[in-house]
Amino acid sequence: MTTPVVGNQRTLGFSQPAPQQPLRKPRTSLKLRNALVGWTFILPNFLGFAVLTLGPVLALFYFSLTSWNIFGNAEWVGLENFTRLVEDKSFHKALGNTFYYAALHIPLTIVVSLCLALLLNQKLRGAAFFRTVAFFPYITSIVAVAVVWNMLFSPEFGPINQFLSLFIDGDLPGWTVSKDWAMPAVIIVGTWKDMGYYMLLFLAGLQTVPGELHEAARIDGANAWQRFWNVTLPCLRPTMFFVTVMVTIQSFKVFDLILVMTDGGPGQSSLVLSQYIWQKGFEQFELGYASAVAVVLFLICISVTVVQFLYNKRKEA
Amino acid sequence: MAARTSPLQRSGRVLLYAVMIVAAAGIMLPFIWMVVSSLKMNNQVFTAPVQWIPDPVQWRNYVDIWAKADMVTWVRNTLIVSVAVTFLQVLTGSFAAYGFAKMRFPGRDALFLLYIGTIAVPWQSYMIPQFQMISGWGLNNTLFAIMLLQAFGAFGVFLMKQYYESIPDSLSEAARIDGLSEYGIWARIILPLSVPALASLTIITFVQTWNDYLGPLIYLRDRPLWTIQLGLQSFVGEYNAEHALIMTGSVLSVLPIALIFFLGQRYFVEGIATTGVKG
Repeated sequence: MTTPVVGNQRTLGFSQPAPQQPLRKPRTSLKLRNALVGWTFILPNFLGFAVLTLGPVLALFYFSLTSWNIFGNAEWVGLENFTRLVEDKSFHKALGNTFYYAALHIPLTIVVSLCLALLLNQKLRGAAFFRTVAFFPYITSIVAVAVVWNMLFSPEFGPINQFLSLFIDGDLPGWTVSKDWAMPAVIIVGTWKDMGYYMLLFLAGLQTVPGELHEAARIDGANAWQRFWNVTLPCLRPTMFFVTVMVTIQSFKVFDLILVMTDGGPGQSSLVLSQYIWQKGFEQFELGYASAVAVVLFLICISVTVVQFLYNKRKEA
Repeated sequence: MAARTSPLQRSGRVLLYAVMIVAAAGIMLPFIWMVVSSLKMNNQVFTAPVQWIPDPVQWRNYVDIWAKADMVTWVRNTLIVSVAVTFLQVLTGSFAAYGFAKMRFPGRDALFLLYIGTIAVPWQSYMIPQFQMISGWGLNNTLFAIMLLQAFGAFGVFLMKQYYESIPDSLSEAARIDGLSEYGIWARIILPLSVPALASLTIITFVQTWNDYLGPLIYLRDRPLWTIQLGLQSFVGEYNAEHALIMTGSVLSVLPIALIFFLGQRYFVEGIATTGVKG
């Protein structure tokens, strides 16, 4: 594959707009024809996309304002669902846990995957093999991963606590069966699984850092740490932006990992927003209320993305 | 400068190798444990200290599991869905990408922005209205539901567009002058040139669909429709004390993906790098 155009700030990758043509009759009909042909290319995918994604997203907002339930009648209730959210202890718990997960998973994943990418960028022998290894968790299914880690985390017989007992006398973490350790356990597995993907993104970004800059900094007497901080990181900013946006969204929507590892438990100690939507909607059939929770998740993801986008814009300027 | 002396540099190298080897071992450990446990007798799975070489090696697990779990059905369903989704995604994605990358018409950029925007919208937030709609069409509890769910993602359009833009416009211009229609240019010029990107998209989509758990969980209730992920999860619940057998099932569910990954790794890595760099 050819190397993509890199090193500039064309974050969305639009091509240049066509030069303005003076409007004349044959031109307009040609233009129209062109637009029609263009649309036919996009249409097959766009139809599916519009019906299956855009439609439901719009419908979501309507449903969140209704009392829609298992009996099917969606009556308009205004903001009632949202005032109920303010009082709902389980929702607070889920919201808190989601932020807990994000607060640890985002920085942890970024740091670990950047370190792995820097390590791989050292042109060591066996780096290709290492890349394969680090990426492998990302492509294995969540179910198999959860099953294995649950056994590894088993508090009494699991290898992890066996290993820890070599260093720690006294109480060992109860991991997925303990209220305090269920979230950390899930975060560890989440990071382990996702880091390979972001490592690849960082690695691609690192290829765009010009070697001459490093050379110049070295001649000026900058040590490895200074070079990393003043050359590598600033050059990585477009990648860093993309990675941060992706890992943030991924953290806030975390669901299947928790569903299969802890099912939100013990109690509600690892219940997250996505799972709460699922419980309310697909288990208790309070579809209107579940939609209101979903609107909250939607707004969190969109606003976090917009904030990061604006921040990136300002830095760019 | 001290940092330039070669013994220090050499020991730095050695340290890097040590870090790499330890990290690799750490990352792979769960998989090694999975494979080792799948070859043990059940009561040997949890021993202190961990027994890293099974003795005796229980190949039987790999025979027994076919009788206890409906593996054939699960694998068949998963294959049907994965192949259909991959086909649709690659076809419609590469087709739409041509419109976005090689043609100019009003509304194009706004439309593309719409695609990009949905990357920030988690599926979990609109799964309920989507479920109601698909149920309304009578497709709930069918494999078609899963196909619809996965086939029209923005990812394929995005990846193919990025790649098409690296193909010089002069090629399609020349073909246009020679009288080839836009569809002809797509089919006879652009597609043959984008085989690596098509391979990336094929592999990534296939693996994603194979691994999907939430879609099948919501839509597929009847046992004969279950995919491998659903099957494995229910197997874990049913035989929760049969640790060795559960590991056997896990190994079998990962194996096809591992094979595809090792054979097509290059495309995997390049596909992800393409979407990331200009991301």
